[in-house]
Amino acid sequence: MDTSVSAYNENTHVESDQALPITISGLTKRYGSLYALNSVDLEIRSGEFLTLLGPSGSGKTTLLMAIAGFNRPDSGSIRFGDSEMILMPPHQRNVGMVFQSYALFPHMSVAQNIAFPLKLRGVKAAERLSRVNEALETVQLSGLGDRTIDQLSGGQRQRVALARAFVFRPRILLMDEPLSALDKKLRERMQIELKQLHRQLGVTTVYVTHDQREALTMSDRIAVINDGLLMQVDTPEIIYNQPVNAFVADFIGESAMLPLTHTTNGILEFGGQEIVQTPVSGTDRTWSMVIRPERLEIADKQAVPNESLIVFDGVVRESVFQGESAFVLLELSDGTELSLRAGGGTDSRAQRLQPGEQIKISMQRHDVIVIPAGQE
Amino acid sequence: MMVAKSENAVATSSAHTSGASAPGDRSGHELHAKELKQQQRREQWSLLSLALPGALIVFFVIVIPVSWLFFLSFLGSDGEPTLQHYRKMIEYKSYARTFSTTFQVSLFTTLICIAIGYPLAYFLAQLPARWAGIFMLAVLLPFWTSLLVRTYAWLVLLQRKGILNDFAMQIGLWDSPVKLVHNMTGTLIGMAHIMLPFLVLPLYSAMRKIERDLMHAASNLGASPARAFWHIYMPLSISGMVAGSLIVFILCLGFYVTPAVLGGGKVIMVSTQITAILENQFNWGAASALGVVLLIATLLLLFVAARVFKFDAALFGKG
Ligand SMILES: Nc1ncnc2c1ncn2[C@@H]1O[C@H](COP(=O)(O)OP(=O)(O)OP(=O)(O)O)[C@@H](O)[C@H]1O
Ligand SMILES: [Mg+2]
Repeated sequence: MDTSVSAYNENTHVESDQALPITISGLTKRYGSLYALNSVDLEIRSGEFLTLLGPSGSGKTTLLMAIAGFNRPDSGSIRFGDSEMILMPPHQRNVGMVFQSYALFPHMSVAQNIAFPLKLRGVKAAERLSRVNEALETVQLSGLGDRTIDQLSGGQRQRVALARAFVFRPRILLMDEPLSALDKKLRERMQIELKQLHRQLGVTTVYVTHDQREALTMSDRIAVINDGLLMQVDTPEIIYNQPVNAFVADFIGESAMLPLTHTTNGILEFGGQEIVQTPVSGTDRTWSMVIRPERLEIADKQAVPNESLIVFDGVVRESVFQGESAFVLLELSDGTELSLRAGGGTDSRAQRLQPGEQIKISMQRHDVIVIPAGQE
Repeated sequence: MMVAKSENAVATSSAHTSGASAPGDRSGHELHAKELKQQQRREQWSLLSLALPGALIVFFVIVIPVSWLFFLSFLGSDGEPTLQHYRKMIEYKSYARTFSTTFQVSLFTTLICIAIGYPLAYFLAQLPARWAGIFMLAVLLPFWTSLLVRTYAWLVLLQRKGILNDFAMQIGLWDSPVKLVHNMTGTLIGMAHIMLPFLVLPLYSAMRKIERDLMHAASNLGASPARAFWHIYMPLSISGMVAGSLIVFILCLGFYVTPAVLGGGKVIMVSTQITAILENQFNWGAASALGVVLLIATLLLLFVAARVFKFDAALFGKG
């Protein structure tokens, strides 16, 4: 099946009035003294693909379950469009959901599984059949309708779960780590397929993952969550390039954090080198600088800082060849560890580095990311 | 798609092996083929030897005595081969009544057990594992006291001046003592109490295996709690229910003590009649014939039921 990526059936109509925005405000869920959700405010736009991203135990599933109606929050509001849902039982919410375990009914065939929500809605047998076939075609499982669930591979089960979740044309689609059980290759292909399916169905989608790469590739926007608190909600580019705090910077992408010190004239410096103007709000707090490995370059021996360039001195600790790139682990003069990623073709210097070697590294001044120090 | 892939893998790997030993010849001298086959056979034999003690016990304790009974049932009191025992069973109405009573008691006991046991097992399956263990202990507790003791305890509870009648009259449920024992009612109460764990255990274990996500999925797809139960929970727990019901029903068929004590001579089961025949007439032939007919009737019933309810899986372990 090598045409998989682009072969989605284009007949399915995109009904734009199908998608609904979700407005969550002040949502709190406690387990004992633990806040699984701590006064979460989140606006999910109509038709967007929003990813909930956070470490294990951060409250992603709890939030998704609250939207689907499987747990009872302590307080807050969840609105779909203009209707308040917080008291609505799950079977009346009309949201599609793909479970992490897929939750396919083992006593039903593939087709019966997909037909189940239609049957519950009283769809006539003939239309049911055609819609099941259409859904099977959309997830590229045509002809497998008569199989039982245990005759399917992991990837096929995932598709059945997906087909079952959208066959009744819900206005909202929820997915809880639907790809975590798949191997890397299949997972990457399914990411693209899910994204295409989303474009085709145009349904408001909330996707849960703790894989930051997955979040970056798939989402219109990412909501980073930690300990039940929303950290930042924004597009993948902004989340990556302008993290608002140390947690987000650390969780998304690889990064090193350099502590900055205030100078008397309102500038932040590191190791005696001026980095940036102190942000207006922050003269009385400490700041750090986020450094992404791919933003660093190996500089000439005689390189000096100027208005567009920042230069550090470092000692090579380790240099690892990784095929398409080289990865260099460095130690700065103050003992901070930094890593640097250099594209193999463009920077062949990186591949010849020996441990212990003294080098200069540089980065563009406009790539500097400054965040409040410490985890908030 | 996955199938095609794995076939592919098999094809390449076997091509590889034969390529290494004898190119082009796939049937002949595969590497270690003989040794691998021998190893497999050795493993099969050692597995079989594990079953040997059990098989021997079954042979000596079940196969031989049952065959012996079968043989006896065709012998008259004079030691000559005869069909008289079976003929009598057809001629005398009392035998037919005994069989009908036996099957009725078994059926009603099973139904009562399902009615009480299904909600109980459901309740247990919803509890956190630790609490379920404690409650399960309570269900199993009666198993640790003697059957006879429990049966007589029911007699005390249910008799005319027993605790139950006293209590019911005190709170005004009824005015004069109701006959709760020495009849079918008493028998069924006692039997259901004794049989309940046999139904609850397999049912509980089947229910525990139903993932919570499945019920969530059902309601997410639009099923009200009642419909989710009917379409998902019921079908997935039915195997446990069938297994439990079969155990209860079959155990009931051969039950002796409880109907004898609580039935007060009015509930004549096959086992009761066999005892009577042996005690009064010392007629091994007639007693054996009853046993044989009960056995055959039970097997026949199981066979038909398996066909009708398609629970071969529960019987033969496919599910
Ligand atoms: N039923 C429960 N009882 C008690 N605590 C719970 C319960 N469900 C979740 N929690 C706690 O709430 C917190 C958030 O859990 P949640 O399942 O939402 O995490 P998650 O972000 O989905 O994590 P993961 O990536 O591991 O799935 C965790 O600390 C968890 O231990
Ligand atoms: Mg989770």
